[in-house]
Amino acid sequence: MDYVIEFIPQIARGLNITISVLIASALFAYIMAFFSGLCRLSNNVIVRKFTGFYVEIFRGTSLIVQLFWLYYAIPMLFGIQLGSNWWVGVFAIGLNYGAYLSEVVRTSILSVAQGQYEAATALNMSRFQRMRIVIFPQAVRMMLPEFGNYTIQILKGTSLVSLIAMSDILYYGDILRGSYQQQTPIIYGIVLVLYFILALPLIWLTKKGEKIAKKGVAS
Amino acid sequence: MDFTYWSWDTFLEALPFVLQGLGITIGLTFSCFVFALVFGFVWTFLQRIQNKYIKAVVTFIMEFIRSTPPLVQLFFIYYALPVLPVIGVTLHPFVCAVIGLGVHFSTYIGEIYRSGIESVDKGQWEAATALNYSTKDKWLRIILPQAFPPTIPMLGNYFIIMFKEVPLASTISVGGILFMARTFGSEHWAYLEPITIVGILFLLLSYPSALLIKKLEKKINHRFNTSVMTKNTNA
Amino acid sequence: MSEPIVQFKNVHKSFGDVEVLKGIDLDISPSEKVAIIGPSGSGKTTIIRMLMTLEKITSGDIIVDGQNLWKMEKNGSMVEANQKHLRSIRGDIGMVFQHFNLFPHMTILENCMTAPIHVKKEEKTEVRKRSIQMLERVGLGDKLDNYPNQLSGGQKQRVAMARALVMRPKVMLFDEVTSALDPELVGEVLEVIRDIAKNDDMAMILVTHEMDFALDIADKVVFLDEGVIAESGSASQVIEHSQNERLQSFLSRFRN
Repeated sequence: MDYVIEFIPQIARGLNITISVLIASALFAYIMAFFSGLCRLSNNVIVRKFTGFYVEIFRGTSLIVQLFWLYYAIPMLFGIQLGSNWWVGVFAIGLNYGAYLSEVVRTSILSVAQGQYEAATALNMSRFQRMRIVIFPQAVRMMLPEFGNYTIQILKGTSLVSLIAMSDILYYGDILRGSYQQQTPIIYGIVLVLYFILALPLIWLTKKGEKIAKKGVAS
Repeated sequence: MDFTYWSWDTFLEALPFVLQGLGITIGLTFSCFVFALVFGFVWTFLQRIQNKYIKAVVTFIMEFIRSTPPLVQLFFIYYALPVLPVIGVTLHPFVCAVIGLGVHFSTYIGEIYRSGIESVDKGQWEAATALNYSTKDKWLRIILPQAFPPTIPMLGNYFIIMFKEVPLASTISVGGILFMARTFGSEHWAYLEPITIVGILFLLLSYPSALLIKKLEKKINHRFNTSVMTKNTNA
Repeated sequence: MSEPIVQFKNVHKSFGDVEVLKGIDLDISPSEKVAIIGPSGSGKTTIIRMLMTLEKITSGDIIVDGQNLWKMEKNGSMVEANQKHLRSIRGDIGMVFQHFNLFPHMTILENCMTAPIHVKKEEKTEVRKRSIQMLERVGLGDKLDNYPNQLSGGQKQRVAMARALVMRPKVMLFDEVTSALDPELVGEVLEVIRDIAKNDDMAMILVTHEMDFALDIADKVVFLDEGVIAESGSASQVIEHSQNERLQSFLSRFRN
């Protein structure tokens, strides 16, 4: 028990990295999701193919591979140091889950009933108004549960930044393990519980999103 | 863009080296998948126990495993398990990876089984009872044959998802393609080429598999619907 | 007789290789109430869907208030209409659907207000007043803040009519508006249509299976059969004096 009390503050030092990477990469993923999800519905073939390429590349390979690739490739290919590994982590996680979520955006928009398009047309809305006033608000409601689920995935994904020397909670756990080998179960136990506590609000929001989604679609 | 760091010589040198890990990566994927398929049954079974305390505990454990990083779970099994008093054992890294990733994904697989069982129409249970089937026959002859086919595409998707999570095992020195790439990198101080190879290998393997599963899904949906239809016309 | 508000001139429509409409000619005057009847699959709904621009025309012309709907002039020649052209004309047309198509994420008051505000850029307080009046008229003044999924089918359809009426169309289209309703809810919807027919001077085109009702309120009945207008005229002409055998057998199925 003494060890638990001793270890918690040590490991918790990593919380600001874990949480800041979570928030930044989630926001980045959401932006990528809407941007590329809408691009894939574009009438322009080039735009569609190009974003399709991005989505397939990032969905077809692993997050950990993408993370290492960006970690080594960005400084080399572009001759820039991104400033810190923090950005590499946010970039990799955001691009990866942005690709998955763009499919959620795309399929949600496509699943809004045809009758809604027709009613909007009958009320003489323009294409843009139809999207903004009628289709999009309904599609967003349908997206909520999946956005919740993927945000939990993003939280889990943030643990990978410890592999590129970012001092998140897993990183501090690994450091502690070096000096307290016999207490390793306690150390990783604490790390797991911390992740779970961080996940709890996301689980709650996901459940809430499921309710909203259920209520919002039936006409 | 500055491509001067890129060397085709390094690329060609790294290729056979990285490919040595391919067998492990694929083998680990299959092992994890089979483990998750089997262990998924355990969750589904536990969830069906009609005791609210057991149910709550099982649900909590599943939720805990599902919402914490598989990477940390791997570390737990690899580093913490050996020093646990009494039950502590040191396992081969490959076995650690099979258990760690297998258990993690078994919680998802268990949900798939559950949704499959719940998708079977309530009338089927009642009909089986009305025909006086035993519990065993009810499951084996009536429920499972209907519950299983619709889950196949979902299970297939999880196979691909697991394939993409398997390189996590490189962190506990399981010698898959990512591990080989990083080993090559540290020996030659050239990471870009070997990791690019890993990315390409993943694309080459996962994209066709995804297409295959889509095809499978269509086929199963088709067969399932037609069988439902014939049932209706016969009724 | 005044200038027709809607004219169909030799309108054809094909879906793939199947020709559904084989040359429709039909004039509708302002304030005329037209019922289109006929067996299912005869293309009734397609006629009004083309007028609402939900379905492209294959050949022929539809003229709305003197303007060609599906064609526009460009550099001296007639070309296929673009979205802007369609929008400039279809503002005169309103439509009520078989499956209501209310916007589920808006209250019923918002359902009525959104198009006048965003499409016609009308002033909000005025639109609000008019929407409430219209909802009261269809008997839903006490449900303004309810969402569509809290209403019965008949109530939903009445909201849909109010929503279309608030736009003040010159032509209202009714696409089998009672077909998706439970039998006991049909009456309340027909009552509202009867009220509109009696008190509003817009033109109405009804596609319907409610034969007695259609014959009762329609100035003109059009019998569509196998893609052509097989019979058209006043209700009494069509019903009592038609020699068309298919029409007689069609009608006999609805009257006992």
